[in-house]
Amino acid sequence: MPKDQPVIDLSPKVSDEVRKTTCYMCACRCGINVHLKGGKVAYIEGNRDHPVNQGVLCAKGSAGIMQHNAPSRLKAPLKRVGPRGSGEFEEISWEEAYDIAESWLRPIREDNPEKLAFFTGRDQSQSFTSFWAQGFGTPNYAAHGGFCSVNMAAAGIYTMGGAFWEFGQPDWDHTKLFMLFGVAEDHDSNPIKMGIGKIKGRGARVIGVNPIRSGYNAVADDWVGITPGTDGLFILAMIHCLMKAGKIDLHYLAQYTDAPVLLNSDPKSPEYGLYMRDENGKQLVIDRTTGKLTAFDQPGVKPDLSGTHRAKGITHRPVFHQMADMYLSDDYAPEAVADRCGIPANRIRAIAAELARVAFDEAFELDHAWTDFRGEKHDTMIGRPVSFHAMRGISAHANGFQTCRALHTLQILLGTVEVPGGFRFKPPYPKPATAHPKPHIGMTPGGPLNGPHLGFVHGPEDLALKEDGTPARIDKAFTWDNPMSAHGLMHMVISNAHAGDPYKIDTLFMYMANMSWNSSMNTGGVMEMLTDKDENGDYVIPHIIYSDAYSSEMVAYSDLILPDTTYLERHDCISLLDRPICEADAAADAIRWPVVEPDRNVKGFQSALCDLGARLGLPGFVNDDGSQKYADYADYIVNHERRPGIGPLAGWRMGETGLQDGRGAPNEGQLDQYIKNGGFFVSHIPDGANYYKPWNKAYQGWAVEMGIYDSPQPYLFTMYVEPMRKFQLAAEGHGDRQPPDHLRERIKATMSPLPIWYETDQQGNDGFTVNALTQRPMAMYHSWGSQNAWLRQLHGRNPLYVPTKLMRENGLSDGDWARVSSPHGEITVPVMEMAALNDNTVWTWNAIGKRKGAWALDEDAPEATKGFLLNHLIHELLPPKGDGLRWANSDPITGQAAWFDLKVRLEKVAAPKESRPEYPPIKSPVGKGPENLTWKVGK
Amino acid sequence: MHPAPSVIFFSTFSGLGFGLLMFLGLGIPAVTGWMAFAFFAIAFVLAVGGLVSSTFHLGHPERALKAFSQWRSSWLSREGVCAVAALVLMGLYGAGLVFFSQQWTLLGWLGALFSLGTVFTTSMIYTQLKTVPRWNQVWTPLNFLSLSIAGGALLAGQITWAIILLILSGVIQAAAWLMGDSRFSQSGTTLATATQLGDRGTVRAFEPPHTGTNYLLREFVHVVGRKHAQKLRIIALVLMAGLPVVLLALLPFNHFIALIAIVAHIAGVLTARWLFFAEAEHVIGLYYGKR
Amino acid sequence: MTTLPQSTDKKLGLVIDLDTCVGCHACVISCKGWNTENYGAPLADEDAYGANPVGSFLNRVHSYEVQPDDGAAQLIHFPKSCLHCEDAPCVTVCPTGASYKRVEDGIVLVNESDCIGCGLCAWACPYGAREMDPVEKVMKKCTLCVDRIYNENLPEVDRVPSCVRTCPAGARHFGDLGDPNSDVSQLVADRGGVDLMPEQGTKPVNKYLPPRPKDALPEFDVLAPFLEPVIKEPKGFLDWLDKALEKI
Ligand SMILES: Nc1nc2c(c(=O)[nH]1)N[C@H]1C(S)=C(S)[C@@H](COP(=O)(O)OP(=O)(O)OC[C@H]3O[C@@H](n4cnc5c(=O)[nH]c(N)nc54)[C@H](O)[C@@H]3O)O[C@H]1N2
Ligand SMILES: Nc1nc2c(c(=O)[nH]1)N[C@H]1C(S)=C(S)[C@@H](COP(=O)(O)OP(=O)(O)OC[C@H]3O[C@@H](n4cnc5c(=O)[nH]c(N)nc54)[C@H](O)[C@@H]3O)O[C@H]1N2
Ligand code: SF4
Ligand code: SF4
Ligand code: SF4
Ligand code: SF4
Ligand code: SF4
Ligand SMILES: [Mo]
Repeated sequence: MPKDQPVIDLSPKVSDEVRKTTCYMCACRCGINVHLKGGKVAYIEGNRDHPVNQGVLCAKGSAGIMQHNAPSRLKAPLKRVGPRGSGEFEEISWEEAYDIAESWLRPIREDNPEKLAFFTGRDQSQSFTSFWAQGFGTPNYAAHGGFCSVNMAAAGIYTMGGAFWEFGQPDWDHTKLFMLFGVAEDHDSNPIKMGIGKIKGRGARVIGVNPIRSGYNAVADDWVGITPGTDGLFILAMIHCLMKAGKIDLHYLAQYTDAPVLLNSDPKSPEYGLYMRDENGKQLVIDRTTGKLTAFDQPGVKPDLSGTHRAKGITHRPVFHQMADMYLSDDYAPEAVADRCGIPANRIRAIAAELARVAFDEAFELDHAWTDFRGEKHDTMIGRPVSFHAMRGISAHANGFQTCRALHTLQILLGTVEVPGGFRFKPPYPKPATAHPKPHIGMTPGGPLNGPHLGFVHGPEDLALKEDGTPARIDKAFTWDNPMSAHGLMHMVISNAHAGDPYKIDTLFMYMANMSWNSSMNTGGVMEMLTDKDENGDYVIPHIIYSDAYSSEMVAYSDLILPDTTYLERHDCISLLDRPICEADAAADAIRWPVVEPDRNVKGFQSALCDLGARLGLPGFVNDDGSQKYADYADYIVNHERRPGIGPLAGWRMGETGLQDGRGAPNEGQLDQYIKNGGFFVSHIPDGANYYKPWNKAYQGWAVEMGIYDSPQPYLFTMYVEPMRKFQLAAEGHGDRQPPDHLRERIKATMSPLPIWYETDQQGNDGFTVNALTQRPMAMYHSWGSQNAWLRQLHGRNPLYVPTKLMRENGLSDGDWARVSSPHGEITVPVMEMAALNDNTVWTWNAIGKRKGAWALDEDAPEATKGFLLNHLIHELLPPKGDGLRWANSDPITGQAAWFDLKVRLEKVAAPKESRPEYPPIKSPVGKGPENLTWKVGK
Repeated sequence: MHPAPSVIFFSTFSGLGFGLLMFLGLGIPAVTGWMAFAFFAIAFVLAVGGLVSSTFHLGHPERALKAFSQWRSSWLSREGVCAVAALVLMGLYGAGLVFFSQQWTLLGWLGALFSLGTVFTTSMIYTQLKTVPRWNQVWTPLNFLSLSIAGGALLAGQITWAIILLILSGVIQAAAWLMGDSRFSQSGTTLATATQLGDRGTVRAFEPPHTGTNYLLREFVHVVGRKHAQKLRIIALVLMAGLPVVLLALLPFNHFIALIAIVAHIAGVLTARWLFFAEAEHVIGLYYGKR
Repeated sequence: MTTLPQSTDKKLGLVIDLDTCVGCHACVISCKGWNTENYGAPLADEDAYGANPVGSFLNRVHSYEVQPDDGAAQLIHFPKSCLHCEDAPCVTVCPTGASYKRVEDGIVLVNESDCIGCGLCAWACPYGAREMDPVEKVMKKCTLCVDRIYNENLPEVDRVPSCVRTCPAGARHFGDLGDPNSDVSQLVADRGGVDLMPEQGTKPVNKYLPPRPKDALPEFDVLAPFLEPVIKEPKGFLDWLDKALEKI
């Protein structure tokens, strides 16, 4: 080394110890190596061995250290002392907190358990929290899926037994054409980025369909800047082209889908449009070899896509006939849809042609022999290297369920689901809708609910209606308004509870959901509902218990706060019973564990629920002698058994002869095994079992062994969703359970069993012509990121991005402000020009705007003075249509909140002092952060 | 560039101080004793004061001594070396004049050389920066040197020289501005070369890397309105050269008028220096869509 | 030592793929995390929870819009850190010798204990790759993670810069650009890697891989054979189907 170059230490000690756990700066659940120095968190990096992230880590993950040490962290249980919304609290002991909670909850449970509404937000312990709620006995439980992406989840499960979301992924190793609809970030954040990087490295084509060309869409080779809400039309037009050209996988359709299943085709029959079934309820097809009617799953059957069958005077035609009738119609020709989608007809054709080219001309085979459920042996696996992924851009519209179904139908027609190069499920999927529970509402005062709250309905008989036909659930899930609301409707809870419609509740208990701010529609209205008082001067919603880890906006609107730990301080379990970390090639689950101890009086929320459950004597939370069953969540994770041999964690269970995976008795050393293994467990699906999973004997056997199913569950993909037809039949007047008259026409029109498209344009929105959207910033997680000293420098405020054309039309330039109004309200916000954007769409980053005083930020923080929420413009109800009714701003099938149907109008205004609406500051229950940060835990 | 007061004061006053020292070193005016003391005191206050003020913008002034080490490559280091050499030489030379009424001519000449050298090295700190095209031209050292010499002549009471030099420095100043105006475009650095994306279309800076500000934006991005700049240029020229020349050439000399001329000159140079920074655009601004 | 070495044994640097960078800022924060805890003073944040937070970062991700003559505008995410220039003007201007370019590998570093915080090196850098720490008042810049890449306390696979290890899209590559056979040099050759602001004469070591052509899906006429209709009338579909089924 040259003599005048300084000597530097090239091998400094990195840390004293590395502890491996799971990230929770978002729900992607990457593995992290937490480097500790002197017992303090010094540096966080990705875990290279982890199945989810393989070492990489996003900005949020790397910034975890700032989240963990954020000044906004709650310090102790809090009791409200000022009025709701003021932020005035007093710190209390856990004992007192439990006493208060018990004093509210015990009488409810003994009297009328439905008076408790327990809803959880950004949660990863739904199998646990729902178990608690079931033990409590209230029907009013759900997580946030209803406002998030239930359209995607439910459409996937009803159509093909699994969804995109985090339940499946493209075959990144083989796909050659990847088409992405309406995704900015998604839950699978790192895997999608890794996947895109991987396929781009191979030179495969990525097509992004999104009104906004940022992020994934910016790197996409081709960008389709579609008009929001019209994806269904675009997809159905491509289906039209592909069918017309015969570019569909007939073999796949015949063998693995309901295309050959016979439908009652007699319009006069009360079973018109229902599947023809045998006495065991199995779908019937015509076997092409024998020409005979037979159950779909019989050995050797070659189902016929074209033959019809007449029995008892009724003609039965295969589903595929109906599809041909429908989609070959000129209504779906590219020319017919081009203007509405904002995509030239020839572009639609070109993309459809490219799909056809890659799916069929670039088909390939993998050398994996396999046997299908009919017993037929295949020497190889045929691959069609076209894959799709989609998320809230198509699901957060009021036509989202049908649009998601259309996309799945396109995938199925191309024969590209669960084949090499296509889209693949992650365990516990595939799993048909029929294998899921149905919703339960059976209450017994003082006793548990008669089954799980949520599930999949298969007809009017499964709706959650009381004897008198009124909704059984506070969120009106599983009613005629939204029959297939598989995840509940968290966004309706507060407004329904406030209105006492369908009934009044006593206690609203929430966890990890910032419902007085960014997760609500009509934020200002919600704040009023939460603080509204009745004629006696009591709050209309009498009690609110909330668990948060930070000083969020919602904390200020609660009466009792149960302060949670951070993700580095608690046990968690990312379970196969819930939303595990599986990959298409492997079952996997993971834990979090206290890599550092909390330095304050906080407690993991699940542990608090173990305590509270025991105090209330909930079944499952007490032993026979009434004593507390689970000391804490760790105890539950290890010792709880959902079914004999099946617990929250699948790894290292106790077998007859030693440790085994999947099924087995509880193992006291299980968590240590997880910790030793890096915080996760993974079991690979054997070659030959890892594609064609719904029909693959080897996979089905493996899944039974792992405890994913109790018996093999092969099934057909259902492009035709029969339960939807059942709801239509009811609307047509058939059956005992009848919808109210005002809903009949809508049910008939929207609940087509084959995917359709309908206009979501909101009536009463005259004059509001511009689409307004939000996107997730990759470096921020909803509201949490702003308390993070590093991340908030990246997104400290959010402009409204306006396309060049609208900038010009409105005389705007960067730095100007605009008043943005919707039929529901108005906001005044800064604008910024963006050219790579649909001409008639404006957008902003989601959840950057903050309420003054929250999150331990200064009151003049840019998040509060320049940041804003689009939520002020979005109402949970549609503008009045003049029929005396207020219709929900959600998908009529699933109740999914239609965030992205928002239409606005812009006008330039003089720059105000702050963005509007302005709200008075809330008092910070945790004080404020320090001035400067020089964070270094080593010397 | 951010017009930091410390740097504006530094370059203005040390320029004047070293200009005066140069004259003193050349023996103009030929003073000794108390007169010499007065002249040297003024020169040292200006030169040293300027230098001291320049350390205000250092993060670690306590380590300033380290700055003398890199004279082989760094103009800033050379400036330091030159300044110290000039001050030492001129200190000795001045001591000779004040205390011993001795004029050590060679020492004076050397001192004068280093005084000019200091001004030149100062100017080279800016001139060398390709990143600030406006500065990166011969007119920058000419501008600094001519102003320093003219100011020196003014302070040294050399009326005729002062008049000539002030006019010359005014012309050079104007030239520096006019030539400087096209330097950025001549440099060939554009957003297209900065991003290398120019071959696919027109490049526009979209989102900056963060919503707040940063050191670079604070330090390098300062936008003065064009009209504003033109007005200030005229004011600066009038004050630094026009007014002093008029006062000195057209009015009968007296010390009061000389004082006004000096004050006007200083105000003019300060204004010009403010503009020197405020008008200069750093190529970094391109990356941020701001210049 | 602020005179530049005549040559360096290696030219370590980064290759950044603008075709795959999704603009996620992972590299920015990972860099901040590593370098706050490691080399030199922590990267500070001023007014961290206030109205005007300003922290020092060694790596930032810009974004640019490109409007082609015809066709849709494109958006390109553009990460930028020190390019470890061969002719690094930031080094030669430094009066104290705090800035230097290492002879072994060409890494440009600041020896913080010698830095007087004059800022001149940042003035000299055309790329905005240096930032003065708001609290410590010394110059901060990308170290190419010199305390990782040779660090024997790290497993060998991890001896790469923090930003490279973390990049989810695989858009950042690290290696010896002085060795024409290295993976990074090959990548630069294959993908036509470029220098930023070549006219500044800094000869950056880091290279940028330009985005691949966008919106280049062939026009429908070219692809039309793949959608050749099998039927004229919708009614004909079932006949076609029958025939097609015979064949499988
Ligand atoms: N305009 C618009 N609004 C939207 C959306 C949109 O696209 N546009 N998206 C919607 C969607 S999909 C969703 S999912 C919602 C999300 O909205 P929310 O569910 O409200 O999500 P967060 O803002 O992340 O808030 C969760 C709360 O959890 C707290 N928290 C964080 N970590 C912990 C912890 O460890 N323990 C506990 N107990 N609490 C913790 C946070 O402090 C915060 O108060 O927003 C919805 N709102
Ligand atoms: N970094 C980060 N990651 C997150 C989250 C976060 O807050 N931050 N939140 C998590 C949560 S709760 C969720 S639900 C997921 C959501 O993940 P995403 O589905 O990626 O959610 P959004 O950001 O709402 O993105 C919606 C996208 O759809 C586009 N879009 C809107 N309308 C239409 C349309 O009609 N058609 C098409 N084709 N596109 C449209 C929007 O432009 C936007 O790009 O992300 C999860 N991951
Ligand atoms: S994507 Fe990022 S924030 Fe989410 S779990 Fe992974 S590393 Fe953590
Ligand atoms: S981490 Fe990778 S993809 Fe993300 S911004 Fe940095 S370079 Fe781009
Ligand atoms: S990028 Fe800037 S800081 Fe880095 S070596 Fe080049 S000139 Fe110096
Ligand atoms: S700021 Fe430090 S490293 Fe930069 S030139 Fe000055 S002394 Fe050298
Ligand atoms: S190489 Fe290291 S210091 Fe440089 S940008 Fe990457 S992480 Fe930061
Ligand atoms: Mo969500």
